[in-house]
Amino acid sequence: MAPDSTALDGSAEAAPLVEAAGVFVTLGGKPILSDVGLAVRPGEIVSLIGPNGSGKSTLVRVVLGLLKPDRGSVTRRPGLSVGYLPQRLRIDPVLPLTVRRFLCLPKRHGDAALKAVLAEVGADYILDQAVQDLSGGEFQRMLLARALLRDPDLLVLDEPLAGVDFAGQLSLFTLIATVRKRRGCGVLMVSHDLHLVMAGTDAVVCLNRHICCSGKPEAVSQHPEYLALFGPKAAERLAVYTHAHDHQHALSGAVLDGADGAVMPGPDHEHGGHDHGDHHHGHQESSNRS
Amino acid sequence: MIDDFLWRALAGGLGVALVAGPLGCFIVWRRMAYFGDSLAHSALLGIAIGILLGIDATLGIIAAAVALALLLVLLQHQQRLASDTLLGIMAHSGLALGLVVLSFFEGLRIDLLSYLFGDVLAVDGVDLFWIYGGGILALAGLALIWRPLLAITIHEDLARAEGVPVLAVRLAFVLLIAIVIAISMKIVGILLITSLLIIPAATARGFARTPEQMALLAMLAGVLSVVLGLFGSLQWDTPSGPSVVVAAMLLFALALLGDLLRRRGARQPGH
Repeated sequence: MAPDSTALDGSAEAAPLVEAAGVFVTLGGKPILSDVGLAVRPGEIVSLIGPNGSGKSTLVRVVLGLLKPDRGSVTRRPGLSVGYLPQRLRIDPVLPLTVRRFLCLPKRHGDAALKAVLAEVGADYILDQAVQDLSGGEFQRMLLARALLRDPDLLVLDEPLAGVDFAGQLSLFTLIATVRKRRGCGVLMVSHDLHLVMAGTDAVVCLNRHICCSGKPEAVSQHPEYLALFGPKAAERLAVYTHAHDHQHALSGAVLDGADGAVMPGPDHEHGGHDHGDHHHGHQESSNRS
Repeated sequence: MIDDFLWRALAGGLGVALVAGPLGCFIVWRRMAYFGDSLAHSALLGIAIGILLGIDATLGIIAAAVALALLLVLLQHQQRLASDTLLGIMAHSGLALGLVVLSFFEGLRIDLLSYLFGDVLAVDGVDLFWIYGGGILALAGLALIWRPLLAITIHEDLARAEGVPVLAVRLAFVLLIAIVIAISMKIVGILLITSLLIIPAATARGFARTPEQMALLAMLAGVLSVVLGLFGSLQWDTPSGPSVVVAAMLLFALALLGDLLRRRGARQPGH
């Protein structure tokens, strides 16, 4: 059993889709992961946070089965279908590629399936565009669409919000939450953005080559190791949005306030959050329709 | 009998161009130009091995190229020397070793220039058999691994996570490169093979929207280069292999210019 499993058990009943326990990885003589474990259950969003070089992507590769750990076990539910969104995928301009051709890798899909999955990620208009012409948000949606074409039980998203502007990040994050709800799949997500992570996920694993702490966002945010890594400011920001944890809108407000760097007192903050949130909510809907 | 050898040269050149187009696209997409060049350099060692073992030179070249590619994969696991350093070592060691070994065969007169720069006008029936037999094999193999290879080219980990057998596909691709190098030897020679792989593919890029379009256009550009090069060589009495490469280069320059003008034209009406 993983050392963190007790913390995660609180949020789940079903058997895990994937479970890593006691994982050790050494690369080039340097220990990258020491005694790391995590579990993702159906319908659950687990966020993996940690500073640069903390081994997040390495752990993702271990979970995907791309990297064999030196020690420890990774157990996948038999017949598990995984959709993967890799970090910082960039397509060289020398390779001419349309979204349609990208989605038909490594397996061909029918026109109807392609249109349906692009509609699901709110980007049905990009089907015949060149991938090099896409915006950051459209590109990530295309990657998500390719992952969804596998009809996944588990989505593994490595920094899905990277390279996307603020407004885009919010609608993309909302989309991931919606997809999770609609399909009932588990989500393992690596993220830099503490605010979004804390707002929208069921469990947080804070990694710094070992597991600093893990569990529900509220609990992790009070953990001394978390505070040591991200500073007391991170906890303050979290406090802001735990006020309105059940509101979708507050999620965007917290981020926007974080963007201008101001730490404002609770009520004002939340008010502003609602304003921004409504705005982006509307934006999200209109982009879904187009 | 001028006609005969010219037709054979044309047939051989076209065969090579048709195979080199699509394969060259992958070499360009995967940034393996130097890799292809290094394998080509080892071809001379392959010829020496062929003579040494008494097997066909084409087989010898394929064997040497595959051995070099596998050696490289093994050596890449050590992390002290970068890939391009290793390739440089292998390319020139292969060439030098080939020359040294060949010098041991007394009484063997080899036309080094024809190995280095090709001798398309000396293409005979056996060469044509190798070019078309090997070419069809290579194209069929490429068609077979097309989709997985494209997936790996875009993102190896993503492809692997989606169940693509990455190592097998990569090895198959290296084998295909080895075959194409072996059959192109006679046409353009060791030193110019890479150009036939890369220049038509680069020429095609500006006109293609999908990988498949680029592959077909690269075939077309290769075919045009061979035709123009051979007739130019006949007209002005220039060396045939280099003439084909010069024709390819001119086509590339023309395509580049056309692409630039088209972009400028597309931009201006908007303003």
